[in-house]
Amino acid sequence: MTPVSSKQYTDDVSLLVVLIDTNPLFWSSSAVPLSFSKFLSQVISFLNSILLLNQLNQVMVIATGLNSCGYVYDSSSGSTNHRVETLLQKLEEFVVKDEELNKDDSADEIGSSLLSGSLSMALCYIQRVFRSGSLHPQPRILCMHGSQDGPGQYVAIMNSIFSAQRSMVPIDSCVIGSQHSAFLQQASYITGGVYLKPQQLDGLFQYLTTVFATDLHSRSFLQLPKPTGVDFRASCFCHKNTIDMGYICSVCLSIFCKHHKKCSTCGSAFGQPQTSVPTSSQKRKALNLN
Amino acid sequence: MTDAQVVKRVKCKSSVKDPGVRGILKMTRERFVFMPNDPSSSIKHNVEFRLIKGHKSSKEGSNRPALLNLTHDQGNYIFEFENFPDRELCRDFVAKAITSSGEAGGPTSEKTVPHKDEQLSSAEMERRIKLLQEDSELQKLHKQFVIGGVLSETEFWATRKKLLDVNDSRRAKQRVGLKSDMIFNVKPSSDGQSNRVTFNLTPEMIHQIFAEKPAVRQAYINFVPNKMSEKDFWTKYWRAQYLHSTKNIIAAAAEAAEDEELGVFLRQDAILASEIRQKIRKVDPTLDMNADEGDDYTHIPGHGLANNEDVKDELEAQYEPYKRSFLQDINRHAAVVLEGRTIDAETRDTRSVAEALASLKRVELAKEASDDNAHQESLDRVTRMAEIEDLQAPRDPPVAPLCIKDPRDYFNSQQVNALNQLPGTIQVESRLSTSEAYGSLRAYISEIRTVGLSDPIVRPVVAFKVFNSLTQSISSSKYQLGKNPHESILDTLPSVTKDELLLHWTSIQELLKHFWSSYPITTSSLYAKVSRLKDAMSQIYPKLQEIKESARSDSRHQVSLLVQPMVQALDAAFTHYEQDQQKRYAKSVEKPNGYA
Repeated sequence: MTPVSSKQYTDDVSLLVVLIDTNPLFWSSSAVPLSFSKFLSQVISFLNSILLLNQLNQVMVIATGLNSCGYVYDSSSGSTNHRVETLLQKLEEFVVKDEELNKDDSADEIGSSLLSGSLSMALCYIQRVFRSGSLHPQPRILCMHGSQDGPGQYVAIMNSIFSAQRSMVPIDSCVIGSQHSAFLQQASYITGGVYLKPQQLDGLFQYLTTVFATDLHSRSFLQLPKPTGVDFRASCFCHKNTIDMGYICSVCLSIFCKHHKKCSTCGSAFGQPQTSVPTSSQKRKALNLN
Repeated sequence: MTDAQVVKRVKCKSSVKDPGVRGILKMTRERFVFMPNDPSSSIKHNVEFRLIKGHKSSKEGSNRPALLNLTHDQGNYIFEFENFPDRELCRDFVAKAITSSGEAGGPTSEKTVPHKDEQLSSAEMERRIKLLQEDSELQKLHKQFVIGGVLSETEFWATRKKLLDVNDSRRAKQRVGLKSDMIFNVKPSSDGQSNRVTFNLTPEMIHQIFAEKPAVRQAYINFVPNKMSEKDFWTKYWRAQYLHSTKNIIAAAAEAAEDEELGVFLRQDAILASEIRQKIRKVDPTLDMNADEGDDYTHIPGHGLANNEDVKDELEAQYEPYKRSFLQDINRHAAVVLEGRTIDAETRDTRSVAEALASLKRVELAKEASDDNAHQESLDRVTRMAEIEDLQAPRDPPVAPLCIKDPRDYFNSQQVNALNQLPGTIQVESRLSTSEAYGSLRAYISEIRTVGLSDPIVRPVVAFKVFNSLTQSISSSKYQLGKNPHESILDTLPSVTKDELLLHWTSIQELLKHFWSSYPITTSSLYAKVSRLKDAMSQIYPKLQEIKESARSDSRHQVSLLVQPMVQALDAAFTHYEQDQQKRYAKSVEKPNGYA
């Protein structure tokens, strides 16, 4: 482990971790106006331009699959001559491996990619770079995500977001899919990154270079797209409606749009103090969630 | 005092149309004097207020003269002021002067000034004027509604009773406390020739003595006037004090043995002692006296005043009750002073003072005695603080286990929600199986491996489009959201519009407050008030519209957003008014039918 004092602290050297969504179901769906090969060609060009911006810049690519995640490319290792080739080869290997892991053959709906896994891997990698090597680059994560949010990953993703926030790593999001991603909106909002959903997907390269290419130091001088609003409103558990005001279980914080006698999530009875627990009588509270 | 006299520059007129004579109007409590600027002018007035029957004033308006008309037996005195505030001041002054001169002016004028019909005391008036002066917003409202005739003075202040009361209570709270001087500091004055010492005693001192020495108080109640006269009592008391000041304990003991009454003063105060015992019982038992030892100076030799014990160690126990340390006196005095004046200082009679104090103490004691709970509480506290942990049963924190059945219930709900929100964008179902999908993905990768990167990566037209859309979204979001999220929309508006909006908002609030408080309408005066308020409110509509229209086109949207809640509040009031009106009408129709 290199002592901190011998490290080179620079404000214009970036460590960019790019998470590429390799969800086969997403890319094969007809709703995406961009083929995966065109997407890759634009992303690879973008990665090349990042590496050209500063010779100390470092790029890491992590593939986010349906069943697994994997490191696909690391600019700090391997020869500089056959970047694209190595990337593509690794990516193909990853896809094969991901397919092997797939057991469920039913493809009636597009599954969600393992965003939480790739986010965690990105954060782990960044921590490793921090603790080893002579450079201390400015890290950031760029999520190129297309498939929809997996609600089951909610907790894992939120945890990754908060650890990214703690280690001051901004998460930029570039949403390729047709829907906005609530997870990535929150991720970018909390970590101070940029959230963008390009309208013209054939000009993806232009979006990437304009919005996501600048290092963190330069960002303070630029006007980058701001989200017009992040939807923090919660949905009630009973009817799944998005609500402004509602009732919250004082025990498990479940949200309801109207008064229930009993919390459907944790089973606490409202409105009657439990005899065994005099201090935590469950009261329902009307709370403004905005 | 500002209101003892008012001097203003005015024009004196014989009638409203008269151009008038310039001069100085001087008002005192009894009379007003008009001196013209031109000393040769014949128009001079020097009239007593008691001859004035009433006063009228012109309505306030920007281009109207500020007139004040004082009605006299033989005619009127009309004064034109330079501005309305001056007029208001003088009018208030006149109103006060007329009422204070004792002549019931009577409501001779049809436009009776609101101040008059209340018969307010001048102190009340002053307080209101002061409040108005302190709060410019209140003053604006007052001007708008009271002087504009929408609300009467009483109505306006009725909702602000609290403001008046607060001032009132603040005044009453300030009471003179007890002197911090100690009584025995009173130096006896001796005339030097005879062997006689004179003490001067004031009611104030008596009060203090009674407060500090309950035994003396008790003795006074017991002895005076049955056993001895008041004079004898105090003579004895001071004699005892004198003995104390000589610090001759043996002599004191001897005197006490001789005279029982005197002994009362010389012995230690039994009532006080019991009170002290009571206090000690109330001290938190967990208080660690050892911890405070460092703050205590008495253990340092030569420190403190109570170290004369060692000198008089040889004194026998029989003199013990006659010992009284200086420190005890100081402590007792401090306690009484801090307690403050518990009874009214006005009571002059010595006996009543003594009795009042005694009864007060009794009440206190009774209260404490009845307060068994407090005692129980302190006992509980002792056991809690000084518990022996080994002997306690293991105490588990009262916890209810959290059981969330299935977190997926929640997260899946979010998913459904997202799909519901965007019904048009649900992706077209992919008809490929997973393996086919993987195959196509691999095909894409191999395609790019053989073909290579596309050239050009982006077509210039597309890049231009991207730039355009990005710039547009950035500039628009910057404009709408503003740089600072804490900046409110109000601050971005021009200050004139902002002030106007705020003013309207406060006046609407004021009107609505009165409007809703007058429901249900039970009396005709309330009905009249409501209709007056309704008229005033209806006048606000066009003003709001005006603000909306006058706003610059870029801020118009924001202004209309701000105005909307005001209009809604007014609308609600009007709907209620109309419904109520209809109900009344229906009732008035129904009634004759019902009786018929």
